[in-house]
Amino acid sequence: MTLLEITIITMIRIAIIISVLLLTVSYLVYFERKISAWTQNRIGPNRVGWRGALQPFADVGKLLLKEDIIPSASNKSIHTLAPFITLVIAFSTYAVIPIGPNVTLFGYDIPLAVADVNIGILYVLALTSLGVYGITLAGWSSGSKYSLIGGIRSSAQMISYEVSMGFSIAGVVLVAGSLSPITIVESQYGWMWNAVLQPIGFITFAISAFAETNRLPFDLPEAEPELVGGYHTEYSSMKFASFFLAEYANMIIASALIVTLYLGGWQVPYIDKLGLGETLTVLIQIGSFFVKMGAVLFFFIWVRWSIPRFRYDQLMSLGWKVMFPLSLFNVVWVAVLIMLFNI
Amino acid sequence: MILEYILFAILGLVAVVTSVAMITRPSPVMSAIFLVLNFFALAGLYLLLNAQFIAVVQVIVYAGAIMVLFLFVLMLLNTDSEHAILKEKRKLKFIGIFIAVLVFIQIGYIVFYSAPSDSVTKEIAESINAGKIETIGTELYTTYVLPFLASGFLLLGATIGAIVLAMKKFE
Repeated sequence: MTLLEITIITMIRIAIIISVLLLTVSYLVYFERKISAWTQNRIGPNRVGWRGALQPFADVGKLLLKEDIIPSASNKSIHTLAPFITLVIAFSTYAVIPIGPNVTLFGYDIPLAVADVNIGILYVLALTSLGVYGITLAGWSSGSKYSLIGGIRSSAQMISYEVSMGFSIAGVVLVAGSLSPITIVESQYGWMWNAVLQPIGFITFAISAFAETNRLPFDLPEAEPELVGGYHTEYSSMKFASFFLAEYANMIIASALIVTLYLGGWQVPYIDKLGLGETLTVLIQIGSFFVKMGAVLFFFIWVRWSIPRFRYDQLMSLGWKVMFPLSLFNVVWVAVLIMLFNI
Repeated sequence: MILEYILFAILGLVAVVTSVAMITRPSPVMSAIFLVLNFFALAGLYLLLNAQFIAVVQVIVYAGAIMVLFLFVLMLLNTDSEHAILKEKRKLKFIGIFIAVLVFIQIGYIVFYSAPSDSVTKEIAESINAGKIETIGTELYTTYVLPFLASGFLLLGATIGAIVLAMKKFE
């Protein structure tokens, strides 16, 4: 392939991923409202479009037209920069996640991920560890005590849970023998999903993912009863919307990571035994990735509307005294499995 | 090759500008932010040298963990502007400049006059392999296993020491 062809194909892949992600994010907000209404025996949004299906567009229109207020006590440049940092980091993480096996289109062999990086998992870890900057800087630059406490809480929380997240991923990397997400998915052939091989790692990773995305029961940085809105108290209009969008984009990435690392990615067990055509197989595999991701997303929303928030000291002792030892144990467990059964 | 030089020029410029900005900002939080940007420029330079692992670890460890902790402390203390130490003690300023010039001369000497070590070769294939995570992992767990484990124990000792010191304060 020439440089021009590579550039064009990559651009198309980026455009597809970004548009799918944006559409999913806006409808995730709609589904969150619908599911919360369902849990609380309400109706939920039902005015704009068929059963409220056009609600996301109405919301975006409203947020765009609102006045953008910058508090006088704030550090203006950082206050403006913080939402962009959050959004950029949330969207660029998606680059390395494969949504299907390599496909051959018009004579080109195309991997279904924006970038096939051989240190892809480290790239994801690097970006998620940077995600805290957006929130922390937003909290600091607002010049308000609620925002500051929210920002400080989020940095402490994210550092604590990143440790167990990293160790849980170490188990996956040990099994796959590679840091590339595509190889990791390929290693989970048939029923050899990592969730089956290392259930403890799966649970610690899922819980850390909840903490990293600041979702309930871990949404201490924006605990409404104590902190008004936490780190985004002083934000309005589209800047608030970027934090809001980033939260949902992070949720999508967290569930895509859970599916890729532990639930076999696009793998469907025994699909090659059915003797379907190649195109149909690939389509089913891509579909299965999105079905799994949808299930995990539903789980995220379900948990949010079922479980109350932790107290701050409970959060910290859970992170360091329970999750961290468990994730270390998981690494040892995987190493023993590899030694005994040579997987 | 041309692309490489352009990228090197941009990243080098960013690294220099951010490091100067870092030591001249009055607000400690702004200094910390510029230091983070500097780490990014350095990570980019490592990538240009085919050292992918070091580049990513630079971001994860320095930008993602250490600087977040720094920012955390700076925000908790909420120091708006730094103590004007240099204005109070003018002698310190001259000593500082003197040491900076000395270090600069040393680095210049090393870059321009000293001979490279024997293990550095100009073989492109080998230098690409040297930065790979597989190579680094194998070397760490075979050739350098003792220093590797020893530094692990040192860090563990330091962590336990910190906990013991913190415990004393609470009791």
